[in-house]
Amino acid sequence: MALTAGFFYLFSVFSVIAGVMVIVAKNPVHAVLFLVLAFFNAAGLFILLGAEFLAMVLIIVYVGAVAVLFLFVVMMLDVDFAELKAGFIKNAPIGLLVGGIVLVELILLFVARGFDLGVAHKLAAAMPTADSGVSNTEALGHILYTKYIYFFEVAGLILLVAMIGAIVLTLQHKSGVRRQSIAAQVARLPKDGVEVVKVPSGGSVIPAPDGQS
Amino acid sequence: MTIGIGHYLTVAASLFTLGMFGIFLNRKNVIIILMSIELMLLAVNINLVAFSHFLGDLVGQVFALLILTVAAAEAAIGLAIVVVYYRNRGSIAVDDVNMMKG
Repeated sequence: MALTAGFFYLFSVFSVIAGVMVIVAKNPVHAVLFLVLAFFNAAGLFILLGAEFLAMVLIIVYVGAVAVLFLFVVMMLDVDFAELKAGFIKNAPIGLLVGGIVLVELILLFVARGFDLGVAHKLAAAMPTADSGVSNTEALGHILYTKYIYFFEVAGLILLVAMIGAIVLTLQHKSGVRRQSIAAQVARLPKDGVEVVKVPSGGSVIPAPDGQS
Repeated sequence: MTIGIGHYLTVAASLFTLGMFGIFLNRKNVIIILMSIELMLLAVNINLVAFSHFLGDLVGQVFALLILTVAAAEAAIGLAIVVVYYRNRGSIAVDDVNMMKG
């Protein structure tokens, strides 16, 4: 139990520190790397909570895809980030005010409501017990592909829309680039390409000026 | 000492507040704003998984999976918009976005 508590404090302290560094880092590349650290520690918290599958998905999706996407964009755009930092201090008081109000409200809610969840009387999908031999991933798959199949399909649809949207937004047609047109090549007939010219004996044929013959 | 749900909710609340503070602090930099939104979504995920664990109900993890999907889609679309905006304007300062005064 003490080991669990130690790991909980390790992961939570590091994730909060990394969160602070994300928003105050001067260099956006450092901010992205601290975001990666925050996600790693959150994955540790998920493992402590017994959600191994979500922890692995968090690392694969966030660290492997989203953070790399952020890094890619930060490095691709040649932006003067020092200029964007102007007004950093000016906006701090209002941010501290709003953030402080939200934090105090959340804490007041916790204090007033208490943390006693009681016992849930009607579980939608009970978690497998430790001695049942069913892993977290397996149990999640059992309900995700049966009872929550529509959620799963909606998630796939969201990803499809995001993919098409990103492609449509960033695709650009350059003018002046000569592309291969397969349809035009296939539709070309022999009579368009070859011309039989009767050459008079002793004479010569002068090609047409438009280069067609 | 036992770690209850209150501990996890406190961490999630801190991360959520940090994300919100980050939006105010970096008002000009769209990329940091997107990262702050990711932090807030992560805090929501921690909440859902903590409740899932302490109530013994797996559905919270299904919801967390859906939020993960939406967060990834949002990051992809947001960064695509940033790239297009940079291509048009040569800068990513949020202050210039009201150029059209629509």
